[in-house]
Amino acid sequence: MLCQNCQKNEATTHIKRIINGETTQSHLCSDCAKSLGYDSAFSDFGFNFSDMLSSFFNDATATMLGGHTLRCEKCGSTFNDIVRSGKIGCADCYRTFYDKLMPSLERIHGRTVHEGKIPNGTEQLKTENEISKLQNELDEAVAAQNYEKAAQLRDRIKELESEGKVNE
Amino acid sequence: MSKWYLGEGDHNDIVISTRIRLARNIADYPFPVRLDNKSKIEINEKIRDALKDKEKLNYTELKTLTRAEVVSLAERHIISPEFASNSDGRALLMSENEDISIMLCEEDHIRLQVMKSGLSLNEAYELANRIDEEINEKLEYAFDENLGYLTQCPTNLGTGMRASVMLHLPALTQKGQMGTLATTVSKLGLTLRGAYGEGGLAMGDLYQLSNQVSLGISEKAAVDNLKTITLQLAAQERTAREEMAKNIVTEDAVFRAYGILKSARILSTKEFMNLISKVRFGAVTGMIKTDLKVINELMVSMQPATINAFVGRTLSADERNVERAKIVREKI
Repeated sequence: MLCQNCQKNEATTHIKRIINGETTQSHLCSDCAKSLGYDSAFSDFGFNFSDMLSSFFNDATATMLGGHTLRCEKCGSTFNDIVRSGKIGCADCYRTFYDKLMPSLERIHGRTVHEGKIPNGTEQLKTENEISKLQNELDEAVAAQNYEKAAQLRDRIKELESEGKVNE
Repeated sequence: MSKWYLGEGDHNDIVISTRIRLARNIADYPFPVRLDNKSKIEINEKIRDALKDKEKLNYTELKTLTRAEVVSLAERHIISPEFASNSDGRALLMSENEDISIMLCEEDHIRLQVMKSGLSLNEAYELANRIDEEINEKLEYAFDENLGYLTQCPTNLGTGMRASVMLHLPALTQKGQMGTLATTVSKLGLTLRGAYGEGGLAMGDLYQLSNQVSLGISEKAAVDNLKTITLQLAAQERTAREEMAKNIVTEDAVFRAYGILKSARILSTKEFMNLISKVRFGAVTGMIKTDLKVINELMVSMQPATINAFVGRTLSADERNVERAKIVREKI
């Protein structure tokens, strides 16, 4: 059989694709397969996020999953928009669609918890969040008359506050 | 001022250049896909102003450049082909010697890129990191404790960093090893692909090796990993080169290529890249005495639009091939 692309060489690469139940077949020679990118199944794997997401969810599933109900409050993107474009609309989309995106993120990176650099001020923000969380727990402990726990929480808050001051 | 690619750098017999790219987005603005042109320009100017007193960078709105100038920037890997494809709402910050370039409102608000000649990952990262911090002093970034720096495409989450080296691997290519090597490095978290040319073809035997994942691996670990594998590939290439250099057939091919480049009147991009790769091989193995700087400069400046930009007008393919041959004859 001759290569479908150049019609010159013998076809040695046979590709069968099934997309949404529709089967297409291509028969290519090694040169054409190479130039069309079929030899690099490994090196190119996982880089086109749009293709990858689309292969997870076709449009119907995407709509069912959240297209008509869930919309990012900040930028108005639906999950369907993200699947179609392969692009996330804004930072808030990651929170809104976190659970739906997670399987793909795992497949792309293998890991899902950031390591490395953090922006300026993030450390302080973290401390502030921690303090306000502990403060709530302290209020609850006091309300529940659990004074032992309250004392521990109070010490921890003091500790964090003084660390913050040293850093400033 | 001389351009970054005219330097020498470590391991420059194999490593042509090093590139660090950081993707960042400004907090409280949607990503570029959800922005209109007005907001894009507003963001671009904010970033420009954040660096105004810190770095000496030229700010250019992409739509003020000619088509040839834009494509030429892409050919020299200063901007991405994606960035070149649409000028609306996009701007570029660039240093005079082109080692620092910041694409504004490409896929992310900020695509900060630092290029150095030779293998220079730590130096390039330190410079990128410095600029990153200077921007961050003025502007807050979109960041999540678990997902790291938030990016429009989830493949860049985490550090938002892509570190890469451009390698000249004529001997390993000749030996037919590239397919196997690409598979091997992909198992080690790296990607190897042709630096010029599409669909797995590598014009001029030039390859780009870069880190594949950015989430869950620190900048330092990613850079160290890339460096280790680069040095291993370089060692393999050197062994293969030594073996090949002893062969009279190889020597013949090198000198023939040299002869053609010195005397040809018409040179297509493909033929030129093929021949210059052989001449570069000859130069680093000591067969020919030619300055590597000249070869490196030719390799990045003989692409179609760069020739157009050099000549100052759009040439037909035939005219360009004549012009290319002329420039090469003068320089080599």
